[in-house]
This record gives sequence, C-alpha cells and structure tokens, in this order.
Amino acid sequence: MVKIEFLGPIGKAPIEMEASTLADVSNRLKADSELSSWLDKCAVALNDTMVNDLGTVLKDGDRISILPPVCGG
Amino acid sequence: MELYNGPLDVKEIFGRWLDEEAESNYGAYIPFVGTIRAEDEIEALSFDIYEPILQKWFDTWQEKAAALGAVVKMAHSIGDVPVHTSSYVSAVFSPKRRVALELIDAFVEDFKANAPIWKYDVKNGERMYAADRSTPMDGSGLLA
Repeated sequence: MVKIEFLGPIGKAPIEMEASTLADVSNRLKADSELSSWLDKCAVALNDTMVNDLGTVLKDGDRISILPPVCGG
Repeated sequence: MELYNGPLDVKEIFGRWLDEEAESNYGAYIPFVGTIRAEDEIEALSFDIYEPILQKWFDTWQEKAAALGAVVKMAHSIGDVPVHTSSYVSAVFSPKRRVALELIDAFVEDFKANAPIWKYDVKNGERMYAADRSTPMDGSGLLA
C-alpha cells in the first residue's frame, strides 16, 4: 500500500491504495472527480523528494504528496 | 531557516543575523522584507507550509550559496499575518556585493515559484486560497 497526501488548499483527507508505479496513482486519482480541477497544476513528491517521472517505481509504505500551486512571501 | 506562528519580528531577526555574521568577514549583507499590503479589503494573509520539502529546497539553496562563498537565510510565517506586518524575510551575506545582489534576486524568485507554501486571503475572518496569485511548481501536471 502507498499513502497519498493532499497538501495546502486541496482539503482532501489522505488515501491509501495499491500501486506499483506513479502511473497507477495517476489513473486512480484521475477517476476522482474531487481532484479533476487540481491534477494538471499539481506537482508530486515521493517521500518528500520531488519527482518528475510517471514510471517511478513505488514500494510498500511509500508516501506521495500532491502539491498545488504555491505562493510564499 | 526559521518558521514562526504569526507575523515576524523583523528587527529582531535582522539584528540577530547581523550579529551571527559579525565576525565572518562578509562585505555585503542584503536583506529582503515581504510586507502584507492592504488591498482588496483583506485583513490578513494566512499561510500553510509543508516543512519537509521547504527544508530540502532551502538546503539546496544553502549549497548553491556556499559554492559562491555566500550564506542565505530566511524566516517565514505560518498562519495569519495582519496587513502592514511581515510574513517573509530573507538575506544574503557574501564577501562582495555582486554575488549577494544576484543571489538575493535568484533566491527570492525561486522561493516564489517553488517553496511549498500556500497563501490565503483573510476577509471577515474567512480564509480563501489565493489561487490567482499562485504558481504551479516545477514538474506540475505529472499525474494529469
């Protein structure tokens, strides 16, 4: 199982799912209507490191963070 | 990197940073202060921070600065920050001014684009995500 956390203003509780790559996570999240307006502008981190490859292999216990657009300062 | 609940005590922070580097032989100290402006009838801005990734982002900048013989520092607020107070300060110390001037520009711009901080307008006590002023981080859209 991997855990997905939605940061900042997304306001959605974390979910757990079976996934072997980030592509699996993408397929699952794209089916969630609550997230349809967010995914195209969100960045992704795996265990607190930013990732850029859908082929990234996941292992049991991994934590994936979904980061919406930012504005510090 | 320093995080505080509510507005920053800018004078304390800048004074302390100055003292910390007093004997470091830096010729240039360039501070930046971000102050909440009164506009669109807001009472305050409010901030969420994801600290683990912010710390990594900041560590990377410390390494970039060290490679130039410089030091970067920053402090940011969490939660509500009223208008006319400050939510963000940063600074660069370097041996000579040119490195510090260039670094503070690059550092603050990348901060706006990639530091995992979310801003909300506070009006009538209600928090509203500042979606129109927010920037997708590098690599956004991967899962879409």
